[in-house]
Amino acid sequence: MLRRRELLLGAAGGWLASRAPGAAATPEQVLGTLTGKKPLIQHAFRPPNFETPLKDLIPAFTPNDVFFVRYHLAVIPRINPATWRLAVGGSSVGTALNLSLQELQHDFERVELAAVNQCSGNRRGLFTPRAAGVQWGNGAMGNALWSGVRLRDVLRRARIAPDALEVVFNGADTPVLPGTPDFVKSLPAERALDENTLIAFAMNGRPLPHWNGAPARLIVPGWTGTYWMKHLTDIRVEPRAFDGFWMKSAYRLPTGAFPGYRFASQENPETTPITEMLVNSLITSHVSGARLHRGVAATLSGKAWDNGAGIEGVEISVDGRRNWRDAVLGRDLGRYAWREFHLPLDTSASGALTAAVRARSRNGARQPDALTVNAAGYHDNIVQTVTLEVA
Amino acid sequence: MRGAIAAVGLLIVVGLAGGAARIVVAAEEPMTLADGPGRDLTIGRCIICHSLEYIPSNAPVMNRAGWQKTIQKMKDRFGAPITDEESKEILDYLDAHYSGKV
Repeated sequence: MLRRRELLLGAAGGWLASRAPGAAATPEQVLGTLTGKKPLIQHAFRPPNFETPLKDLIPAFTPNDVFFVRYHLAVIPRINPATWRLAVGGSSVGTALNLSLQELQHDFERVELAAVNQCSGNRRGLFTPRAAGVQWGNGAMGNALWSGVRLRDVLRRARIAPDALEVVFNGADTPVLPGTPDFVKSLPAERALDENTLIAFAMNGRPLPHWNGAPARLIVPGWTGTYWMKHLTDIRVEPRAFDGFWMKSAYRLPTGAFPGYRFASQENPETTPITEMLVNSLITSHVSGARLHRGVAATLSGKAWDNGAGIEGVEISVDGRRNWRDAVLGRDLGRYAWREFHLPLDTSASGALTAAVRARSRNGARQPDALTVNAAGYHDNIVQTVTLEVA
Repeated sequence: MRGAIAAVGLLIVVGLAGGAARIVVAAEEPMTLADGPGRDLTIGRCIICHSLEYIPSNAPVMNRAGWQKTIQKMKDRFGAPITDEESKEILDYLDAHYSGKV
């Protein structure tokens, strides 16, 4: 079990050879099961860290039973929705709240939003040089239709004060040992009050699956998954920066190394919190090593996403990145969702066919050719290539 | 820790050969680490908080300094109950079997 070896990709495969020559070997995939989920790529059984296989990233909305699972802490209670409460308090609210699920669902305006949820560490296992941590491939992400209420409506009900600096979120999952920091995250008050930041209780029209945060979780569209607190139980609004481990020491990038929203109250001269996702894309139709029949129509397709600016275009090159052609974009599911793209491939000549894909955001950003190396292995959004064989 | 194995639950191993998926289903397959001095102590301390996959999966990234840093982090940041003497034994074990090894 868990033997590691290099793996050549087949139809059901993963991600190995979609990297530049010299990229790190990718270990054998192990599929594991969690209650209520179909087999997913197992990175750890406890705490559960399970990745969505590539084939399950093809649908426009990632089904609940294959949506990826990511936890830091191993004590994950199954919550009875009938007795669950959401506490809202802190120094910067005028009225503390203690809401039942029914109150949350009925006392506030209901909203729906399609959004990509991507783990900060997605693709860490593809990083060169390799970085320590869960060795995710491409599937620590998914796109879902989230239903819930606006966090800002709840904060306004609690009479959020003008001096609010950060809003701090805790979920029901807890550590095994008393010395392990509880998983607690904060957002800038400005982002918490954004109309698109939600407390969701449904996903793709169904109640949230246990492993994706039932009965309610935070949705911070455009930002990486670390902020999307699962099993939400406590919200505190504070006039000062939260100093917990998961803000001050984890999920950080070198200051100034990447574009994106700057979380000023958590930034220091050396490091800054990861915040927004970078423009990125994933080929879902093919993996390197796949064979195409000469003269038979084939279409390269996949998904592109960004921080919510929205995908402006996706380009594909089949001549070593010299010339680029615009792919056809699929239906616009909303600026926080991913955007499907596709382009026919020319299969008239036998031999190797290498396709590179790069997405472009409406904010002007484009996927880079080279990785910006950082210790935690975050933000791998370099141009992806697949090498196919036409015969 | 008496046994040197820890259950990791139901696993299905998928290997791929010649493009065809090979699926092996194993119920409650036990997982263990490489045999050697320090194995039982290593397993016993690590599985308090997490299953063992993290060790082989991070091996390619690791060297002695990396494991030392990790053990220290588990003690200092996450409160793992590991004495200095035990740290040394665990470090020797992990470095011997899981430094730069796939």
